[in-house]
Amino acid sequence: MKILVCISHVPDTNAKIPFKDGKPDLSGISFVIAPYDDFALARAVELRDQTKGKLTVLNVGLADTEPTIRKALAIGADDAIRVNAHPHDAFYVASQIAAIAKQENYDLILMGRESSDFNGGQVHGMVAEMLGLPCVVPCMKLDLNGNVATMQREIEGGKEIVEVATPFVAGCQEPIAEWKIPNMRGIMSAKTKPLKVVEPIPVETYTNISKYEMPPQRSSVKMIDKDNIGELVRLLREEAKVL
Amino acid sequence: MSNVLIYVEAENGAAKKSFLEAVSYGAAVAEMLGGKAIAIATADLSTDHAGEVAKFGADKVLHYGGTVVQGSQIAELVAAAAQQENAAVIITAKSINADLAVPMIGAKLKAAVATNVTALPDLSNGFTVTRAAYTGKAITQVSLTGAVKVLSIKKNASGLKEYNKVLVVESFSASISPSKITVKEVKKQTGEILLPEADIVVSAGRGLKGPENWGMIEELAKTLGAATACSKPVSDMDWRPHHEHVGQTGIKVSPNLYFAIGISGAIQHLAGVNSSKVIVVINKDPEAPFFKSADYGIVGDAFEIVPKLNEALKAAL
Repeated sequence: MKILVCISHVPDTNAKIPFKDGKPDLSGISFVIAPYDDFALARAVELRDQTKGKLTVLNVGLADTEPTIRKALAIGADDAIRVNAHPHDAFYVASQIAAIAKQENYDLILMGRESSDFNGGQVHGMVAEMLGLPCVVPCMKLDLNGNVATMQREIEGGKEIVEVATPFVAGCQEPIAEWKIPNMRGIMSAKTKPLKVVEPIPVETYTNISKYEMPPQRSSVKMIDKDNIGELVRLLREEAKVL
Repeated sequence: MSNVLIYVEAENGAAKKSFLEAVSYGAAVAEMLGGKAIAIATADLSTDHAGEVAKFGADKVLHYGGTVVQGSQIAELVAAAAQQENAAVIITAKSINADLAVPMIGAKLKAAVATNVTALPDLSNGFTVTRAAYTGKAITQVSLTGAVKVLSIKKNASGLKEYNKVLVVESFSASISPSKITVKEVKKQTGEILLPEADIVVSAGRGLKGPENWGMIEELAKTLGAATACSKPVSDMDWRPHHEHVGQTGIKVSPNLYFAIGISGAIQHLAGVNSSKVIVVINKDPEAPFFKSADYGIVGDAFEIVPKLNEALKAAL
């Protein structure tokens, strides 16, 4: 089985995002594999082992993303592709992924349900549409039996079990697998695993971020005495007007 | 003329409230553009309830006689309707299926896509929308330059507005491809208020000490007509089902009122709730970081306060 996992290189989710000159200043922040992509990667390593297949990771990013790609190799991917471009928006990234997938004919294309930087949740759906493949999002469980996958998908108020034959695209989330922490052997072998850099295809884009702002701060909290619960009810009705 | 097309998802015959909000949002955008607000719904919307779609702003309701079950099918339906109506802007609220349809529509129509939009667009210089980035840690203005724009709006982006338009229903036909995905089983809790749709959310965390103590949370939610939610550790320990988990890696909610009970307020949890209008925090630790992100706070033991609050609300509402 040929498996592709697409990863985003994002600021550590524990980090606050500092602002400088009206823009997020990410210079002092460490970067990680986006958490949902990390879940997809963890399950992909297990499925690669089960099917004795090949697992490739792909990132659209400039050279600064290579440590993040190496981490994915240390976790267990066999090789990696970096499309040498700034990931301008979801349509741009999806177009690059689809261009590579058209040549490589992957059986599974996995990624997170959304990235934790721009939270668009668009790339999986766009890639599926561009390749004419079915797409399952958000995928919480993925088991393979031959070329048929049984997946659990979260729906409003519950879950559903779906079946689909390969090839397909899935946007993953927990609890599809436990995050894997690279061991020393993985880290050593990652240094010599192939990381191919390819140039992007030209893509016309339709969105541009024109401005960043800090999120609005809440005015200071109004504390209410625990023996005066009625006051909270009154404030919610009369001041906040939400009841 | 620039028309606006709004996808309306329905359940039990009626349009979901967040999708009626999308209709009001679409009507406002249509007014700005000098076009019509046209809704597209499937047979899930019964014609008895179509009046609500006109009430909240649709000039016309396109009614597709079949049902669609997968995101790809919604995408086909909406793209066909958009082409028929010459829509310049396509709007939807968030749902599991609509969220997948949005990027597919974008790729089909080579449209500019923006998800999680939090306010009406600014048309003073092109077409600019506001959306959160870094899971709520920053706000961005995104300029959309495509000939067609697709927006998925968050709850409370502009709210419900009564337009009381005359109901016009037109039947709509489209050829929708069969899905390659087979649904084998659906496990859904019925009768509960769905978290993404809820105006009020009652959420609890590890401070509750165990799943057996959720009765008082459910009672409080029932009094308020609220949905129940939980923090990540609680769903990780299987005290509550995963679809109740709000936060960075769970569901992001933006209700009018969010109660956080026994939740300390880790940055990942705040990321999922910080666009709520009003936040009430109940925690026995006065140093809990959540108080810094709250509008109202009570320091005390949840086991003492929640039943008292429930009684006070029952008396008042």
